[in-house]
Amino acid sequence: MNALSLRNLRKTYNNGFEALKGIDLDVEAGDFFALLGPNGAGKSTAIGIISSLVNESSGSVSIFGHDLRRERAKAKSCIGLVPQEVNFNQFDTVKSILLNQAGYYGTPRKLALQRTEYCLKQMDLWDRRDTVSRRLSGGMKRRVMIARALVHAPKLLILDEPTAGVDIEIRRSMWQMMQEVNQQGTTIILTTHYLEEAESLCRNIAIINHGRIVENSDMASLLARLHIEHFVLDLARPIAAAPVIEGCQIERVTDKTLSVAVPKEHGLNKLFSQLTAQNIEVTSLKNKTNRLEQLFMDLIDSNPTGSKAAGDK
Amino acid sequence: MNYSIAFRTIVTKEIFRFIRIWPQTLLPPAITTALYFLIFGKLIGDRIGTISGAGYMDYIVPGIILMSVISHSYANVVSSFYSTKFQRNIEELLVAPIPNWVILGGYVSGGIIRGLLVGVVVTLISLLFTDITVNNIAITLSIAVLTATVFSLAGFINAILAESFDDISIIPNFVLTPLSYLGGVFYSVNMLPDFWQNISMGNPILYMINAFRYGLIGVTDVDIQMTFIITGGFIITLTLFSLYLLHKGIGIKN
Repeated sequence: MNALSLRNLRKTYNNGFEALKGIDLDVEAGDFFALLGPNGAGKSTAIGIISSLVNESSGSVSIFGHDLRRERAKAKSCIGLVPQEVNFNQFDTVKSILLNQAGYYGTPRKLALQRTEYCLKQMDLWDRRDTVSRRLSGGMKRRVMIARALVHAPKLLILDEPTAGVDIEIRRSMWQMMQEVNQQGTTIILTTHYLEEAESLCRNIAIINHGRIVENSDMASLLARLHIEHFVLDLARPIAAAPVIEGCQIERVTDKTLSVAVPKEHGLNKLFSQLTAQNIEVTSLKNKTNRLEQLFMDLIDSNPTGSKAAGDK
Repeated sequence: MNYSIAFRTIVTKEIFRFIRIWPQTLLPPAITTALYFLIFGKLIGDRIGTISGAGYMDYIVPGIILMSVISHSYANVVSSFYSTKFQRNIEELLVAPIPNWVILGGYVSGGIIRGLLVGVVVTLISLLFTDITVNNIAITLSIAVLTATVFSLAGFINAILAESFDDISIIPNFVLTPLSYLGGVFYSVNMLPDFWQNISMGNPILYMINAFRYGLIGVTDVDIQMTFIITGGFIITLTLFSLYLLHKGIGIKN
């Protein structure tokens, strides 16, 4: 069953800007799905329509088989939303934010108290339950929003750039929490500008650009399409000039650092053999750019005007 | 789905909100009206004598109570709902499976409860200055509730359409306060020249204050039935307009 189905979804704002140009998208139940795109591509508009914050111009949204127009309450009951920006009442305590949210979804008080305790403990916020939310740190506020989105036990959790602006330690703990929530059966749709985050967490991916879906596939297939990988090599000894190796592009960054573009068919073993033959010893290597980031830029650059792409049905 | 839980959640949240900030919501009307009663009722009123057979203090008490109900039911909804919009926690309600009528009913109920609570506070203050014997309890209570409903709805519409904090102070300052003062709180409309009497009859607050005064002390310048028709008409019209605005997402959605 699909957790989410979008059909020919369009949105034109009052100023005439066409944010969505008829997108089709399916997200399977249980998936951890990445919805990526540059700023202004239409991601937030799509999420706004799915979560009823933006009125669509035309098209349909179905959530776990419930049409958002015809079965509004059932469809909305399935969704938990973590928005980009803090949007809870900052004068409320953490606990009351979650209890109110549970109430909005018709959760009886006793169950709401149990779910609130469970979600706050899961997000490591139980000790802060009576704290007025404006006194929390940025990372804690993000976790409050995740806990709030989970308190009514949604089947579909939409995370709109949930780790934007948080430090790496909190980001990694949030990744772990998201994976746990997904493993418990909740479908997750994630938008993020951290492509490393999408690559490590998500199984399927759609890329949106200029209001159209320009890519929609599973992560493994997408990454397999990367023909050239870029590496940075640290050398044991300084070199005066970049070595020449047929098939690879090599730049000397410093006297002990090389930047290398390696075609997939060339292979790293062959590269290392060729470098060793030239008396160059490599001490370590790392990806110059994240693999998904490379593909993302290729896709965006190859479709700068948002012309209709193969993935856009 | 059980919408009564969502409704109770909104109403409870609203009550806790205005009780939490009681120095801003419940204390000022007590002080302001105590001054009204002292200055207009006691010091000046003793020199004015009676109006329609009622002592001046007794005559102004109903108007001052209802004026407080009007301003506070309006203020509660307009400030609370606009703050909800401003802080973007309106999104919590829009994402949740709550029908628009439950959102409207929750906020309006919060406004009615605060309006009536302030009405009780002002009534208790008035008891320090005069004895009140209720002429007709049913009319008194029903007019208080209906009036609070009308102005809670009006506050809701103002909040939806407002785009800045300035927009939520324009109506209370430049419409509600003048209409309340010109609505016969401190005088009988019969004391005015014919021309101004006719103008005053176009002021809906005049009907509400007089009907409330009739409920409390049995004195009125207007037909009580007309008050029920006017308030009923306003409630239906404002409710339908509020639901239309919510349905279209005007002021709250893109």
